Amino acid sequence: MTSETPAIRLTGLTKTFGAVNAVDNLDLDIAEGEFFSMLGPSGSGKTTVLRLIAGFEMPTSGTVELLGQDVTSRAPFDRDVNTVFQDYALFPHMTVLENVAYGLRVRGIAKNERLERATAALEAVALGTFGPRKPSQLSGGQRQRVALARATVVEPKVLLLDEPLGALDLKLREQMQVELKELQRSLGITFIFVTHDQEEALTLSDRIAVFNNGRIEQLGTPAEIYEAPMSPFVASFVGTSNIFDADEAKGMLGRDGVCSIRPEKITLHAPGGKVVTDTVALAGRVTEVIYLGTSMRILVDVDGGKRLTVLEQNAGTASPLDRRGEVVSVRFSPSDLVDLEPAMA
Amino acid sequence: MRLSRVARVTLGTITALILAVVYMPLFVVFVNSFSTSTSLTWPPPGFTLEWWGRAFRNAGALEGVTTSLQIALASTAIALVLGTLVSLALQRHTFFGRDSVSLLVILPIALPGIVTGIALNNAFRTILDVRLGVLTIIVAHATFCIVTVFNNVIARLRRMGTSLEEASADLGAGVWTTFRLVTFPQLRSALLAGGLLAFALSFDEIIVTTFTAGAGVTTLPIWILDNLFRPSQAPIVNVIAVMLVFVSIVPIYFAQRLAGAEQLQK
Repeated sequence: MTSETPAIRLTGLTKTFGAVNAVDNLDLDIAEGEFFSMLGPSGSGKTTVLRLIAGFEMPTSGTVELLGQDVTSRAPFDRDVNTVFQDYALFPHMTVLENVAYGLRVRGIAKNERLERATAALEAVALGTFGPRKPSQLSGGQRQRVALARATVVEPKVLLLDEPLGALDLKLREQMQVELKELQRSLGITFIFVTHDQEEALTLSDRIAVFNNGRIEQLGTPAEIYEAPMSPFVASFVGTSNIFDADEAKGMLGRDGVCSIRPEKITLHAPGGKVVTDTVALAGRVTEVIYLGTSMRILVDVDGGKRLTVLEQNAGTASPLDRRGEVVSVRFSPSDLVDLEPAMA
Repeated sequence: MRLSRVARVTLGTITALILAVVYMPLFVVFVNSFSTSTSLTWPPPGFTLEWWGRAFRNAGALEGVTTSLQIALASTAIALVLGTLVSLALQRHTFFGRDSVSLLVILPIALPGIVTGIALNNAFRTILDVRLGVLTIIVAHATFCIVTVFNNVIARLRRMGTSLEEASADLGAGVWTTFRLVTFPQLRSALLAGGLLAFALSFDEIIVTTFTAGAGVTTLPIWILDNLFRPSQAPIVNVIAVMLVFVSIVPIYFAQRLAGAEQLQK
């Protein structure tokens, strides 16, 4: 039955700062071995949830369970979870090796063993020869790896990562994403990853919780979140969406309720051509073409005043500037439209 | 910024004048400590090392040095412990009246020494019924020595943030272990700088000391004041004054250098 006990179970978790509900009555199960992302804009409560799990904050109400044990009132040093901090929080007066060995040292593990294990952990993040250096002598990416080694060497049940890649440049971030994923697979422990970068969340996660105003707006696999967003917030926060409000949906598409469509599901055609059955065709005019390298983002004003974003693969045909002002027929399949629940008031 | 020649010469002259006003008297004291005249006449009629030799054999002066050192060390030690504790309380916790406590801690350094002196003298003698002596001086000095430690430590705590301590707790360290292995090493240079300043403050303090010393306790500054106008002792006073200058400057110099080195490291 152990496999069915969640690594983390949050029940009715609420955290209030003054009059603000940072976390609002949250219920959530995170399975063992899962790579779970908490995605949301800043101030959405995702970091507070992480700090509540780590024990740095006490909840106003509700409970935190770790592998079936209630740890709500336990101090951070009494919980089998470890954190990789956004600013890494490496101890500046200790060497890299001493930093990694710290968790073992305070657990009273003998010097030989802890140096051995810390060295092994440093080797696992390809920093085997960096042990004697001070953190200030390392680059951002290297500090990040030291922070990972320091948190994993004590073999936590759950690893919490607070926007760990936020301070790295794009190339390094992509490389670290791959390394994180590999590390999680090889350790087989639960990773809870906080990020505001939707692409990062989609790339890494088994499941994503999209946070907004202290609540989970949607919970699902990356594909579910991207393909079937359940609210206008999720549709626009995760990727780009063309959202039709109730009036627009009724007038332009003949549908009831709010719905949306992804830019890459729309195609542009010369006006007047034959329209395949079961296809929506709207007349419009290209107002802007944005060159993105592998693709083009094209803004089209359709009749009725709605502006749509269309994503086209860069097939290298016409110069993008030629298309500004062009009259086009905007087509998409109604089956690609996603119904969004009206946003809660 | 470029200055005209006239402006540079004018500003240079003013700076030189001000520095001269501040440091010339010190220079005179230094020269007079080698003078053959016993009445501080200027210019000195001749030079001798006799006073320096006599100063090192003067029982009153030596006792003053010992007493002042004891007091400075003890009040610095008290200031280090209490200053660190109060900074931790004020920086790491929120509680009712925090801002008031913060102000009350800093206030003693702004209070006129004579007020502190009178107040403590009254409190010790009439309310607490304590005999004035070395102990009362130590307590009195500690009231303003705390401030330099407090200012240094609280600034360091503020800059350090809480994430190092959180990381330590996260890795399994209890409160005391975290303080010993993470917080204290981070505070060390701030404590040294604050402690050196506190030591210098206490070592040459005279106003509060006068009110809290009682009979029989002679710190070095009190001994100097007592002997300054005795004709036979004046040259020895000059020698002691020169030594006091060095004892006060050296800690300040190191405190400054520490602060500078910290700045460079960040």
